[in-house]
Amino acid sequence: MSKVESQRTNEQEHLEFEGMDISGHWNRMFEQRVIWEHDTSALDKVTSIAGAESLGWCYQCGKCTPACPVDHVGDYSPRKIFRRTQTGIDLLTSPDLWLCTTCMNCLRVCPKEVNMISIMPAVREVAVAEGNVPPELQKAFENTFQHGNPLGEPARKRADWVADAGAPVAILPREKRPVDVLFYVECYWSYHPRGKDAARAFARTMETLGIDWGILGHEEKCSCDSQRLAGEKGLFEMVAEQNIATLAKYEFQRLVTSDPHAYNSFRNEYPKLGGEYQVQHYTQFLAPLMKDLPWKRKLDYKITFHDPCYLGRHNGEYDAPREMIRQIPGLEFIEMFRCKENGYCCGGGGGGMWLDSFTGNHIRERLSERRVKEAIETGAEMLVVCCPYEVSRFEDAVKSTGNEGKLLVRDVIELVDEALH
Amino acid sequence: MHIAVVLKQVPDLVEELEIDSGGKDIDRSFVKMKLNEFDDHALEQAILLKESSGARVTAVAVAADGIDQVLYAAKARGADAAMKVDAGEEVLDSRRASSALAGAIKQLAPDLVLVGVQAADDLFGQTGPFLAAALGWPHVSVVSGVELAGEAGSKVRVHQEYAGGRMAILEVDPPVVIGVQAAPQPPRYVPVTRLRQAMASGPIESSSATAAAAESGVAVVAVSKPEAGKGAEMISGSATDVAEKIAALLGERGLVRG
Repeated sequence: MSKVESQRTNEQEHLEFEGMDISGHWNRMFEQRVIWEHDTSALDKVTSIAGAESLGWCYQCGKCTPACPVDHVGDYSPRKIFRRTQTGIDLLTSPDLWLCTTCMNCLRVCPKEVNMISIMPAVREVAVAEGNVPPELQKAFENTFQHGNPLGEPARKRADWVADAGAPVAILPREKRPVDVLFYVECYWSYHPRGKDAARAFARTMETLGIDWGILGHEEKCSCDSQRLAGEKGLFEMVAEQNIATLAKYEFQRLVTSDPHAYNSFRNEYPKLGGEYQVQHYTQFLAPLMKDLPWKRKLDYKITFHDPCYLGRHNGEYDAPREMIRQIPGLEFIEMFRCKENGYCCGGGGGGMWLDSFTGNHIRERLSERRVKEAIETGAEMLVVCCPYEVSRFEDAVKSTGNEGKLLVRDVIELVDEALH
Repeated sequence: MHIAVVLKQVPDLVEELEIDSGGKDIDRSFVKMKLNEFDDHALEQAILLKESSGARVTAVAVAADGIDQVLYAAKARGADAAMKVDAGEEVLDSRRASSALAGAIKQLAPDLVLVGVQAADDLFGQTGPFLAAALGWPHVSVVSGVELAGEAGSKVRVHQEYAGGRMAILEVDPPVVIGVQAAPQPPRYVPVTRLRQAMASGPIESSSATAAAAESGVAVVAVSKPEAGKGAEMISGSATDVAEKIAALLGERGLVRG
């Protein structure tokens, strides 16, 4: 229990300041109140963790609350996490620890730079070390450790999508030759049925452009950025070291990836471990090449676009996917009211991809469900995305919100492919 | 209290298994191995006993490709020591593995030996009984919870579940071999950082043993893949119609009493 001294004031009966008479209540000052026995141990426990110090800087202005995508569907936001921790709730065992998707919209508006992108992974790492990890996330970690992907699919089947690509794809462990572009396919384009559709569309587009490119096949492993943000830094470091060693075996000019999360890690995290690459998201690689494409038909779709947090807010790229959309003939493009810097989050980042059941117990609706409703409100018939997490998340959300038939979800590369054939 | 936990790897079913040219075993050249799930529970049970009563835990396994990783993971989970028993061959059936392990376990002189009740590869469930016989100790199997009881853990209390929701609590004097069906809680996560610390802590202790004296007693005649079913029948209609059709089908096929 806190003990608070009663309010004391300081008031001068006669006071003149710079020629103004501010006698009496005009100069009344409240003295600082002294709070005794206020238990700060729960907050101290968090702010003593390296990387989580900035939680203590929060001064409760609340700017983050309307920016936080989780608060829109629940009772969350950094301000609330700070306040709960300040009042003694242990963040390390609270469900709050796992709800943050590390979308970064709070940091964008925070005047005190309370950095959840640093706080959440740091505190989660301590929780994971103490054995406190939601079972579905634990499974994703174990799958990544054992098989190199969070889905628990066999490593040997990582390049199986190539067989039906309808275009040649050089699998470098077999072909052993230098290439211009090494394409990092990542897990969801390698294994998820809708991800494989996008991977195949990408392969056909690369063939049309005549690019010299290849993939790592079964030697590729998850870039592990989301596992890092979900608190498994050791797993990230181990797999990243393996990926750096694998990439070192091959000669390539550029690293291009399907996944904004992989792009983020190759751009910002791998260099810390000695892996320096000229890396691009596939929209950045393709946008300048779009003008050379031999379009075969116009696409008569009214579309809207969802910015991936890890391409947009985390890495500042909002134009490349929009440039692709602009160049595809026939599309009518409508922006959603939350877009670009203030884009909403699909809920998949920071480990959210593997916490669907857990998160579902603490929010009113999935972030992806909220987002497809926003997309439908624009009057668009199609939601265009450019992150491998999103096609499946939004397609599921269209069904679970009872909007089947009202909104299609397509990766931007699928539209390029469609307009080329 | 000193607890020895016996661990073994089984093929990871994420990979599609193939039968080798001899037709009596799976093709092990491409198989990825993982810790047997019941052994994982035995290890968790041992760590829980360590946490509740300060027991010392030693993880023991027959040496095989990949076993170091399993033993390091056991140390990362909380085992105090790990030992691999080099029997000169990697694929041993339960009888011969128990024979090789018994020598090492005699040297360790534990009060309690925990084994997984069975392994997914052969489902013999005989490692515990064979080991107990080789050591001349009592044995309890299909256990879903182990506690220490009596003066300073002089007795071991085990839970067994029977059909029909019945549960028995048995007390047994150590040393004893226990076949664990399930730990009271799911096996905990081993953070990779801790695994790497365990791997950096030095090599796994090795002990050599021979299984040559033991006769297997079991010969595999043939291994085959399960036959694929003839496809599914989709029943459509309202919930009531579907329920009636399912009930009729179950009755026709004698799966429920009319």
